[in-house]
Amino acid sequence: MSFLDLLELDFVQTALIAAAVLGLVAGVLGPLVVTRKMAFAVHGTSELAFTGGAAALLLGISVGYGALAGSIIAAVLLGVLSRRESDRDSVIGAILAFGLGMGILMLSLYKGRSKNKFGLLTGQIVGVDSTDLELLVVSSIAVLVVLAFIYRPLFFSSVDPDVAISRGVPVRGLSIVFAVLVGVATALSVQVVGALLVLALMITPAAAAMRLTASPVRATVLSVVFAEVAAVGGILLSLQPGLPVSALVTAVSFVIYLVCRGIGAVQRRST
Amino acid sequence: MSAISLRGARLSYGDRVLWDGLDLDVEPGEFLAVLGPNGSGKTSLMRVLLGLQQLSSGTVAVAGGNHAIGYIPQQRALEQSMTLRGRDLVGLGLDGYRWGLGLRNRRERRVRVDEAIAAVGASRYADAPLGQLSGGEQQRLRVAQALVGDPRVMLCDEPLLSLDLANQRVVSELIDKRRREADTAVLFVTHELNPVLPLVDRVLYLVGGRFRVGKPDEVMNSATLSELYRTPVEVVRVRDQILVVGAGACEEQTHHLAASEAAS
Repeated sequence: MSFLDLLELDFVQTALIAAAVLGLVAGVLGPLVVTRKMAFAVHGTSELAFTGGAAALLLGISVGYGALAGSIIAAVLLGVLSRRESDRDSVIGAILAFGLGMGILMLSLYKGRSKNKFGLLTGQIVGVDSTDLELLVVSSIAVLVVLAFIYRPLFFSSVDPDVAISRGVPVRGLSIVFAVLVGVATALSVQVVGALLVLALMITPAAAAMRLTASPVRATVLSVVFAEVAAVGGILLSLQPGLPVSALVTAVSFVIYLVCRGIGAVQRRST
Repeated sequence: MSAISLRGARLSYGDRVLWDGLDLDVEPGEFLAVLGPNGSGKTSLMRVLLGLQQLSSGTVAVAGGNHAIGYIPQQRALEQSMTLRGRDLVGLGLDGYRWGLGLRNRRERRVRVDEAIAAVGASRYADAPLGQLSGGEQQRLRVAQALVGDPRVMLCDEPLLSLDLANQRVVSELIDKRRREADTAVLFVTHELNPVLPLVDRVLYLVGGRFRVGKPDEVMNSATLSELYRTPVEVVRVRDQILVVGAGACEEQTHHLAASEAAS
């Protein structure tokens, strides 16, 4: 089948829409996640999304809802248990390890098709059907609407918490709301790139963008562009050779990161 | 009406009383320095005024509430790679507490931010990454951030710490200029009085649950400080400087609000 024929397939188009939506959400959240040093929290949340997905498989309900439930529980747990920033690292480590163990246990108890199992870890975007897509689009809109409402005080408390507190910004409450938003976005990404590779969409594009500019607005725009290129581009590249989507999404994302590091280093030397 | 008013204020953690029976009025345009050793409750006083800490008893009133407070924290090392410019920092001081994206009135906002930046002489480096600026440059932008919201009260928490003498002067003069021009009350927490001594109207000195309020000369003398510290303390005037000998009052301070909130 030629490349253009592949593009006309329904499941390919669904996958591309899903990737584009995810790229937008992950790209917008990314700079905030990086600023708040939550890369490890995202990773931990994605492992718990995997646990939730595995539980859903076992219970015979939609994996999407399971992943969503798992990562929201994880986000709230992390928010409540790691009241001090110094605790956060170890709390995530403890929860992550336990969650992953539970997920593996549940998968071993699951007697269905093994492709479903593998997909949770490495992504199965070509398996996204229209109900999954609906959930993805609705949740993404919800995340973006909430984010738009809390954006300014959230940004304030991310970059300048002391002064934000002094101006009456509910810093602590915002950090829990943000953790939940990240949890939802993570659960959605698990569908596309899998639990192990969520960082490629949420962290790498933002980290790359932040190498290039000190303007928060420009960094967010670039981060969205990079995430879109990685997500959509990764899928397009994977079609013809029939390679795993997640491998190409992460590869594209990483190449962008390396290029931006290079450009950033040159910029800094010249100033 | 006073800008800051405390009546019979008491703050205690369990048996430990930080201060009790504190009556304090800071008038518009007044510059009050808050002094005292570590753990005497200087930062707690700041937290009470910001509404982050409840008094154990008594009342506190700050004119205009949190949105009329300009807060200047101490200078801290920022990450070089932080995605933030001085312009963004100042903008957050103007409307960072408001909900939404803030897409309306962007032109007016830009004018106000530019004015605030120009007023502290920071226009040249307002678009550079904040983490790459010097401590003095960062603190100038901090002053602009506090002033852009047109505060009625300025709370300054060791804003001169880790600055060199020239920058200490620049930053304290910017604060002084504001309170003279706009009648803003200034509460200035510091462990080192001398850099701001010419600007200070009154001093609040806190030691181990005791305190004294008064003009610098009324508080910064051997008799008063010996009484506060309950040990002989010598206060010497050398040229325009006040030297306190024997109180251990010049320790380095490393506190900040977020850390103390997380711990409480």
